[in-house]
Amino acid sequence: MAGYLFRRLVQSALILLGVSFITFVLLYVLPADPVRQIAGRSATAQTVENIRQQLGLDQPMLVQYWRYLTGLVQGDMGRSYLQKTEVSTLIAARLPASLLLMAGGIACELLIGLTLGVVAAVFRGRPLDQGLMVVSFVAVSAPQFVVGLLLLYVFAVQLGWFPIGGYGTAAHLVLPAVTLGIMGSGWYSRMMRSSMVEVLRQDYIRTARAKGLTRARILIRHALPNAILPIIAMIGIDIGIFMGGIVVVESVFGWPGIGQLAWQAIQRVDIPVIMGVTMVSAAAIVLGNLLADLITPLIDPRIKLR
Amino acid sequence: MSEPVQTAPAPAALPAGTLRRLMRRKLALFGLAIIFLVVGGAVFAPWIAPYAPDDQLFEGLTLFGEPMPPSAAFLMGTDLLGRDLFSRMLYGAQTSLIIGVVANGVALVIGTLVGVLAGFLRGWIGAVLMRFTDLMMAFPALLLAICLAAIFQPSLWIVAMVIALVNWVQTARVVYTETTSLAEREFIAAEKTLGASRARILFKHILPHLIPTLIVWGTLGISVTVLLEATLSFLGVGVQPPTPSWGNIIFENQTYFQAAPWLVFIPGAAILLLALAFNLVGDALRDVLDPTQRGND
Repeated sequence: MAGYLFRRLVQSALILLGVSFITFVLLYVLPADPVRQIAGRSATAQTVENIRQQLGLDQPMLVQYWRYLTGLVQGDMGRSYLQKTEVSTLIAARLPASLLLMAGGIACELLIGLTLGVVAAVFRGRPLDQGLMVVSFVAVSAPQFVVGLLLLYVFAVQLGWFPIGGYGTAAHLVLPAVTLGIMGSGWYSRMMRSSMVEVLRQDYIRTARAKGLTRARILIRHALPNAILPIIAMIGIDIGIFMGGIVVVESVFGWPGIGQLAWQAIQRVDIPVIMGVTMVSAAAIVLGNLLADLITPLIDPRIKLR
Repeated sequence: MSEPVQTAPAPAALPAGTLRRLMRRKLALFGLAIIFLVVGGAVFAPWIAPYAPDDQLFEGLTLFGEPMPPSAAFLMGTDLLGRDLFSRMLYGAQTSLIIGVVANGVALVIGTLVGVLAGFLRGWIGAVLMRFTDLMMAFPALLLAICLAAIFQPSLWIVAMVIALVNWVQTARVVYTETTSLAEREFIAAEKTLGASRARILFKHILPHLIPTLIVWGTLGISVTVLLEATLSFLGVGVQPPTPSWGNIIFENQTYFQAAPWLVFIPGAAILLLALAFNLVGDALRDVLDPTQRGND
């Protein structure tokens, strides 16, 4: 176990190293010149050159990358070109909002997805099951920005139940969280359905039925816990999808998270911020995958880590 | 009729009756119908479209300069600039389909190459390829796509390439798993014993057996591609106006969506239906082509 963990940690670190290098190279070849952006349109050639030297952008790429990397290892992500603030400060200020949104999204995804999956499994082969599986396909095919705008139109503009956008109260969270969760709920309902169908075929369910337990009790006490466990590990793998989803959802709802931060940074060629958000996202994805792999054997002792 | 005896099962591209069994599924038929409708609309757009897609019609705006709701003259209403939405939707279908097919095709080719090479050659080349795939998995895909699209001035083809660069990873992993398990099967071992070259094994046996998997992933992948293109265009880094795409129609008009909801929800519904169609057909194909995936019904 310790050996496995060590190997996976080294592997994760290498992956993050690779992500940082590729992102750096991509941003380095950027045709838009960040120095021009900082200096403004009326700056003289001399000013532009001075700023370039100040930021060290006149040096070769590998030197710049090495400097960034040594800073990153010490927790220094550099300064934003445009906001004159530490990138880590900017991200730390935006992260809680995004984490809240993601937690809400995961809760919606599981609540909707698992419920639909269980109902479909119980009624498998009947019209209700087929109907729910069509619904799950619609959910995975719906673009998040359309879902977001639709929910806004119906529940905020027409019915006035929720605020149109912004951040602050629990009411602000509902629509963005549902929007973020809907696509995943489609996948979860399908996985939950097949997991549940599988469990309902097992001998111990037949035994429980033979003992004369009620249908409800068999479902809730015997089938559900066993069917849910393999699904839980999937949440870790979802982090990557959520990291993309928050850019869209935060933009639709004006949610002040790191998705918005990244989006604004990309538009203004604020390279240190783009780098910072990419690294934080990649770290979250790698961590999520690691957790998913570590949880699996705890859930199912038949699986051994190698 | 009869084929000469072979050491390996004849690698037919598709099992006989695939189409017939596909046709028996109502949902797959529904999906195919939508795909035909969209393809038809895109191909015949110049003849069907009542107006030119870029034509800012004088009668397309109200006296107050507002877009017109759907009517007999404008089937889907007009947009903020007084252009006919139905005509723009038809030409937008061309954009969605071109990107869907091209981006997904390129992604499929890259993914297959990486997956087959890694799974067939193994060794250090295989290890390097798969580690690179792991690395790509750690990238936040949408963020990467936005970054790439913002770096290069987005044109139709650039957007397609960006999407392909982000989307090949899943295919590579599936193909890799499939190839490694194929390479261990008896008929491949028999071929090797008979002295077949590596190229013969690769092209005559491994690749043909991957075709069903590739068809399934290729179909499901178009749905992912359509959604990604729409998302990029919605954020303004995808296909650039005035070239219509279903995503950038929403991007151009979203500020006005409370007053003119059709400008957001008609293209929105179109994106959903097209993605849904490819998902339904892809899922049905998987059931038909891969007996191990059935069972749960």
